[in-house]
Amino acid sequence: MEAVQTPSRSLIHARGLVKRFGSFTAVDGIDFDVEPGEAFGFLGPNGAGKTSTMRMIGCVSPVSGGSLRVLGMDPAVDGARIRARLGVVPQADTLDLEISVEDNLFIYGRFFGLSRARARQRARELLEFVQLTDRARDDVEPLSGGMKRRLVIARGLVNEPDLLLLDEPTTGLDPQARHLVWDRLYRLKQRGVSQVLTTHYMDEAEQLCDRLVVMDKGRIVAAGSPRELIDRYSTREVLELRFPADARISLDGLPDGLAERVEVLPDRVLLYTADGEAAIAGVHQRGLVPVSSLIRRSTLEDVFLRLTGRSLVD
Amino acid sequence: MSLGGAAVVLERDLLNYRRTWRGSLIVSFISPVLFLAAMGLGLGSLISHGQHRLVEGVPYLDYLAPGLLAATAMQTAALESMYPILAKMMWDKIYDSILATPVQVREVFLGEIAWLVVRVAIVTVAFFAVMVLFSAVHSPLGLLAVPLTILTGLAFGAPFFAYTANQRNDTGFAALNRFVVIPLFLLAGTFFPIANLPLVFQVFAWVTPLAHGVALVRAATLASPIAPLAAAVHLTVLLGYSGVGIGLGLRGFERRLGE
Repeated sequence: MEAVQTPSRSLIHARGLVKRFGSFTAVDGIDFDVEPGEAFGFLGPNGAGKTSTMRMIGCVSPVSGGSLRVLGMDPAVDGARIRARLGVVPQADTLDLEISVEDNLFIYGRFFGLSRARARQRARELLEFVQLTDRARDDVEPLSGGMKRRLVIARGLVNEPDLLLLDEPTTGLDPQARHLVWDRLYRLKQRGVSQVLTTHYMDEAEQLCDRLVVMDKGRIVAAGSPRELIDRYSTREVLELRFPADARISLDGLPDGLAERVEVLPDRVLLYTADGEAAIAGVHQRGLVPVSSLIRRSTLEDVFLRLTGRSLVD
Repeated sequence: MSLGGAAVVLERDLLNYRRTWRGSLIVSFISPVLFLAAMGLGLGSLISHGQHRLVEGVPYLDYLAPGLLAATAMQTAALESMYPILAKMMWDKIYDSILATPVQVREVFLGEIAWLVVRVAIVTVAFFAVMVLFSAVHSPLGLLAVPLTILTGLAFGAPFFAYTANQRNDTGFAALNRFVVIPLFLLAGTFFPIANLPLVFQVFAWVTPLAHGVALVRAATLASPIAPLAAAVHLTVLLGYSGVGIGLGLRGFERRLGE
């Protein structure tokens, strides 16, 4: 079992990877590979094991079982050497509130062993890259959420990493700030920086990831490109129908010939179908009169909800 | 074993200090001036009233000053080793971000120990300079008080680091201050000879480092003779607390941050 062949080009290679905290199993035997140059996503609800997986890849949390190779090395043996080539953007902002914006980047460069002159230069370049140059001498605390996030991303780039780990990079940001972060991440990808990210935003996964895995309760429940996952687990289109609140319509037989799958929610009915126009015509033919109807393309969100369920996870 | 990271952890603390050093340094000078004026000169005039003009053969201010010096090192060490460390560990998660770099837990710990020593040294030198102004240092050998005071600070700071590494919130700090730091400040020979106390307090004083630090620092600044054996015991206690504290602190940091 131990003699797993490491594909020489994989940046990350995991087989049967496990993380336990006492009797709780956070990550329950997952397999995945991340190739150079790609953006790879972990998608899943809260508590799915995404952050635990990221912390093992980041060599800050010991592996409980299975095998893990990062940049061809073993985190248990070469943790420091691996970390030297990683950039980490953690979920919480973990910025240093006691020193200035620029010094946050400067000292982080120093932690990676850069000389003072080089660290200073790098800090200024990165402030430029994330559009924070005019805040260089300010305290961190008064920055907006989006600015702090950009600063954390800049910090993760200070050592010019081969692999950037982003744990929920845009959670809590407003739309403008999210798009700015996405733009910066896209540019980094163009420059060949490989990225591994976790998110529970489906649009983010579709925007950023070449390939992703969906995690639920510590396991991988699906893997592929966003398009592949939609094709495999959903239909081309989704017809959303709303009926009057008091209408107790009979949906028996509704799927026949109209949709591959029907989902009845408290406020609406979803018909998963290849052809939304045909489906709505069929609905009318059967004498059903919805208050409103909407035909949309299937998204990763449909895949996600199908795979991980609609019940609330805490 | 690489320790370069420890130097950068210290550098980070110095960057932080650079923002506040003026105010902090002024306090380091003003505080001993106030204490020595009020208690040394003011209270001392009552104590050395009448026939008993001297305490253990010297003016009260000269007796008091080395005790306050050592006690100040203890208080500085306590201040630096509790809230700021837990904040970096738990609230601001500064250590989490440092440990995502090649820096190791032991380097973080040793860097913080180094900063503690620097911080205590700054306060000690300022206090010592004030003592010189008050003519409370009786011989050039009194300079030995500086390293001895710093060692006293370390003998408190290192075990306090271990204590902090085991805290899940800040309530434990109030207890440590109330039951260790303040009682020692009052009872460990700072203001009067320990021998005047009931036995139980004497024992409490002598099993903790402050009384030993005070004894050594006082002998140094007063240039008073001290038995080699007594000096060796005092020094051993200070080094012992420092060494064991560093060991336990390192283990505490590894356990807390290694998950």
